[in-house]
Amino acid sequence: MEHAIQEITFHHEPGGKEVVSKIIKTTIILSVITIIELGMGLGMYALPMAAGLKLFLKGVIVILSLAKAFYIVGVFMHLGEEVKNLIMTIVVPLLLFVWFIAAFLYEGNSWKNLRNTYNPKQAVTAPAAPHEAGEQH
Amino acid sequence: MATAQAHTETKWWSGGKSPFNVEYGKLMMWYFLMSDAFTFGAFLISYGTIRFSQNYWPDPNEVFNAFPLAGHANLPLAFVSLMTFILIVSSVTMVLAVHAGHNMDKKGVIKWMIWTVIGGIAFLACQAWEWTHLITGDHAVMINGQIENIGTTVTMNPWGPAANVAEHDGHHVGTPGPVAFGGYFFGITGFHGFHVASGVVINIVMLIMAINGTFERKGQYWMIEKAGLYWHFVDLVWVFVFLCFYLI
Repeated sequence: MEHAIQEITFHHEPGGKEVVSKIIKTTIILSVITIIELGMGLGMYALPMAAGLKLFLKGVIVILSLAKAFYIVGVFMHLGEEVKNLIMTIVVPLLLFVWFIAAFLYEGNSWKNLRNTYNPKQAVTAPAAPHEAGEQH
Repeated sequence: MATAQAHTETKWWSGGKSPFNVEYGKLMMWYFLMSDAFTFGAFLISYGTIRFSQNYWPDPNEVFNAFPLAGHANLPLAFVSLMTFILIVSSVTMVLAVHAGHNMDKKGVIKWMIWTVIGGIAFLACQAWEWTHLITGDHAVMINGQIENIGTTVTMNPWGPAANVAEHDGHHVGTPGPVAFGGYFFGITGFHGFHVASGVVINIVMLIMAINGTFERKGQYWMIEKAGLYWHFVDLVWVFVFLCFYLI
């Protein structure tokens, strides 16, 4: 254990009141964001609204959740105080999620469209006559 | 500010010091949590894929509208909000325990760890109630021309579109919804609940070690910090479970 202590060059100084006030501030931010999210979720249920507006509100809720994640990781887990290289080794691999989410949701949506437009009779004749399949559109 | 300046001047990779300036166990905890994030991410993305592939998906406001001791009152999202706040508060008490550990404040660590454990157990109790309510709560559903009362399980989903028939015993009659709904809900919240349960066990062990003075003898409360990372991660995952299952 003593060996490990020597390896660490800088210690996060035990702060006093500032640390506690930062924790309280973050708690309030998290609570307020959660209440806003709940308000939007209930609004979508209670008020009649267009599908486009609903989708927009869902997008806002996703962004607010990402903000919550940022505060939890950055402040509660103290990742913001670590060495930049350490932060990068955690955060950069998570960028894979961007492709992950886009690709799989696109796949799910395409699956639905294919199933909805699937016609067994067409499927039998289509491979035999590929030219006609193109003209049907 | 002083440390920020020093960072640029220090040669991290010339040997003799930790390039990431963290203790081994904490670094490995971070990498474990990153891999766990991918596990949960894969589950949630799989859920999203199936949900996108369905023409109909149940509205969470209709499924999750019960509250203990409130009977049949329509209280959408009320109970899950309570669960969310319980988890946020227990995350806060955990960070206060870590802070007390930095200050070598044994009493503070014990006090905040007890609150964290209580928060975790309260969350698990809420989840147990919610699961029981979903599984045992019957709903009239039209299946093959007959009205059956079914609950929400991994093989049955009563939350489909409304059936084109009159009310049955004063209740609306529905049709079966996508079966995947129950499987994903119980699978993912169950996997999260398993993390909460193991987190509670870890926190109880930390609490006992703190009471016995193990960390005081070691001269540092790093173990509390590592348990704290795990506990915050559980809260972090709940943010996304809450988002995917209850809000959107």
